[in-house]
Amino acid sequence: MIKYILKRILYLIPVMLLVTLIVFFLMSITKGDPARIVVGESASLEEVEAMRESMGLNDPFFVRYLRYVRDLFLHGDLGTSYKSGLPVMKEIMSALPSTIKLSLAAIIIAILVGIPIGIISATKQYSFFDNFTMILGLIGISMPIFWLGLLLILLFSVRLGWFPPSGLTSFRHVILPAFALGTQSIAVFARMTRSSMLEVIRQDYIRTVRAKGQKESRITLDHVLRNALVPIVTVVGIQFGNLLGGAVLCETIFSINGVGRLMVDAIKQRDFPVVQGGVLFISLAFCLINLIIDIAYAFLDPKIKSQYK
Amino acid sequence: MNVFLKIEGLTVEYRSGNRHVHAVNDLDLQLGEGEVLGFVGETGAGKTTTALSILRILPNPPAKVLGGKVIFKDQDIIQLSDREMRAIRGEEIAMIFQDPMTSLDPVKTVGDQICEMILLHRNCSKKEAWEMAGDMLETVGIDRGRAGDYPHQFSGGMKQRVVIAIALSCKPSLLIADEPTTALDVTIQAQILELMKELKKKYQSSMIMITHDLGIVAEICDNVAIMYAGGVLEYGSVMDIYKDPRHPYTRALFDSIPDVHRDQARLKVISGLPPDPTDIPSGCPFHPRCPHCTERCKTEKPEVVHLNETHWARCFLAQEEGRYEHE
Amino acid sequence: MNQKKEKRYSLTRETFTRLMKNRLAMFGLFILCVLVITAIFADQIAPYSYDQMDLLNAYKAPCKGHIFGTDEFGRDIFSRVVYGSRISLKVGFIAVSIAVVAGGLLGAVAGYYGGWTDNLIMRAMDVIMSIPATLLAISIAAALGAGLTNLMIATGIASIPTYARIVRASVLGIKEQEFVEAARAVGTRDFTILCKHILPNCLAPIIVQATLGVAFAILTAAGLSFIGLGIEPPTPEWGAMLSNARSYIRDYSYMCLFPGLAIALTIFSLNVLGDGLRDALDPKLRQ
Repeated sequence: MIKYILKRILYLIPVMLLVTLIVFFLMSITKGDPARIVVGESASLEEVEAMRESMGLNDPFFVRYLRYVRDLFLHGDLGTSYKSGLPVMKEIMSALPSTIKLSLAAIIIAILVGIPIGIISATKQYSFFDNFTMILGLIGISMPIFWLGLLLILLFSVRLGWFPPSGLTSFRHVILPAFALGTQSIAVFARMTRSSMLEVIRQDYIRTVRAKGQKESRITLDHVLRNALVPIVTVVGIQFGNLLGGAVLCETIFSINGVGRLMVDAIKQRDFPVVQGGVLFISLAFCLINLIIDIAYAFLDPKIKSQYK
Repeated sequence: MNVFLKIEGLTVEYRSGNRHVHAVNDLDLQLGEGEVLGFVGETGAGKTTTALSILRILPNPPAKVLGGKVIFKDQDIIQLSDREMRAIRGEEIAMIFQDPMTSLDPVKTVGDQICEMILLHRNCSKKEAWEMAGDMLETVGIDRGRAGDYPHQFSGGMKQRVVIAIALSCKPSLLIADEPTTALDVTIQAQILELMKELKKKYQSSMIMITHDLGIVAEICDNVAIMYAGGVLEYGSVMDIYKDPRHPYTRALFDSIPDVHRDQARLKVISGLPPDPTDIPSGCPFHPRCPHCTERCKTEKPEVVHLNETHWARCFLAQEEGRYEHE
Repeated sequence: MNQKKEKRYSLTRETFTRLMKNRLAMFGLFILCVLVITAIFADQIAPYSYDQMDLLNAYKAPCKGHIFGTDEFGRDIFSRVVYGSRISLKVGFIAVSIAVVAGGLLGAVAGYYGGWTDNLIMRAMDVIMSIPATLLAISIAAALGAGLTNLMIATGIASIPTYARIVRASVLGIKEQEFVEAARAVGTRDFTILCKHILPNCLAPIIVQATLGVAFAILTAAGLSFIGLGIEPPTPEWGAMLSNARSYIRDYSYMCLFPGLAIALTIFSLNVLGDGLRDALDPKLRQ
């Protein structure tokens, strides 16, 4: 098992290198001369050219890429922001806690609300509750985060004044953005829980448990839910990725100083090192989450577990 | 003989949309304490449905018990509350299922699955239950050290042993075995059957053995019920049924067994198809396939004809012994 | 040959009958048709041009002349939402077409040839998939710059791996079947086998995924426009309209209702239609 985890972590290194390459490539084809951005609009052509040279921009693409990777691995250096002149690592580190807080809050809300709804719907298939929540789920999946965010601000901050519309300084600040970000996941989890539980309910082994004289509530939780967990955990992983992407939008709407907003601002200002760093960090987080999910499989599915032995 | 299990007029239906599948129709049956009853019939005759209604674990919906009584130890099981029923399941009546590949929870160790049964019905600690589960595994011929293994680590025959261990772990007074060997290889079938015979002796429990294999019945059963289209057509001791079958369907069943000692050009098969359970024939349900069908058979359902103390058949011709000896 | 055609025909029909029975999916199809008609006849439906300003009538709440109200320049929001349907549908369908063609080909080649080709393509897809799709679209859009075409390319590329995976899985399932072996035995060229025999057989999962994919593309495009990386004013894009409305949420909240409603309704209809299609095509449910 430990061997497998180590193997997976080692596998992450080439993946992240390639992700870096993609992002580096994307940033290098972007219009706009980084040197010009650093020295400013009023600077002379000579100044720009001098800056190009000192930034190493005249070197071929792969040389620049390898230099970037080298700095990253040897010094944890993601370059320097063109705009603020601060190290990108430092900028990201100061924005990271907000993003983590926001996405964790959203995923926790989604799990705590979505999965129980799915469980109840599965045990009471075609009941009013089931039909109602499943329609609600479809609506939830179709809600654009940015619109939902605006509606939540409109209702709960502007009209009712219950929650602050922006920032992320207290617990009350977290609630609205976390709900905006988590709503889609609530719906996805509820639907997935329901459908995979319905799949399990039909299985013969559930009948075996019933024949033992077990209570329905225990059958549902100990056996049906337990067996349905693998697909549920899979969507939790996928959804976490969507959530990280959505966090970019969510942070913009709620004016939260997270990595997403940092990146959006950086894109607008053509501050490429910051964009690169941001994408890299979020992708790394996504890969780590997927790794955790894969490890979780081994604990949930004895067949997978025995493969690793 | 005291009434141990008595089924009267049991009728079960499956509904899907507008289709009504008549799985069990007005079924009567009796089982004495310590007896082994063979439940014989073609696929779709309602054997499993009957078994599941005794345990009241029919999938509902779509299945619904429309009427009848299942008297077990002087109480009508159909009328019991869910809570009372749960106390009976496993403790008094246990079941062995047809397909061992799918009847064990894949994410629990076999030890845990046996323990679950024991903890439900016995007042003991988890540790004691685990010990008992180990004992049960040994009883069915599995090393107790394997209690911590998962179902996928066992072969089909071993899994069926585990299923048997679960069923017997609370020493039920009635054991229902639903084609326990059908899904297994022939050699494994013999082993499992041997084990069941052994355990029957050891536990002294009554048993309903559902099968379509008349050989198994001869080996293990005391009495036999021949099922067709959701009802019992003939009932009697193994001797009665094997030596003197009275219902044409029973005879046809015996005729369809290939005889290795005789050189048969073709297998004798029962002509026609099993009845469509959504549309059971009127009168005697077997009449469309019966070689001796009369006009009366088509409209009137035959009453039970008692032939001796234990032997009865639902056929107008049952009394006319030897009528179709030399065809 | 004749028989085979007939079978496919009846399967399509069977699927369609099943889909017809799904009321929610039919509702989705209906909304989608309304949207397509709106997009086609936008010039006739919209009472005003999308960029016609009327400063005297700015900030008007929904009323008789402007049923969705007007924005800060006095432009009719209803007309802008109507014209916005053109942009969104165009982005949705073209982006998905890019993704289906590119992803489909990659997946088909990977699945058909196997070996290192497969390994190379699928590992590349893995790498792309390790960047969350929205984030990838944002990065590509940032690299290419704003504008409708770039928006479509960005969303399209971000969804390529999904289709590559689906097609590869289908091809793997189909390529060992007899009719493919037979085609190979008589010396049919690989490309012909792929196009004529294999790809038509993995249409079902592609159709389902493409329906849901259009929803994803529209959503992503609107999201990109919302953060200012997509379509620029005065083009009436729903996401961009919402982004603009955000500044007026305190005093003119109606402005952020209708463009959002239009997006949500479009996504909803595509989602229920996609779900319905999946259920209708699911062989597991086929009895």
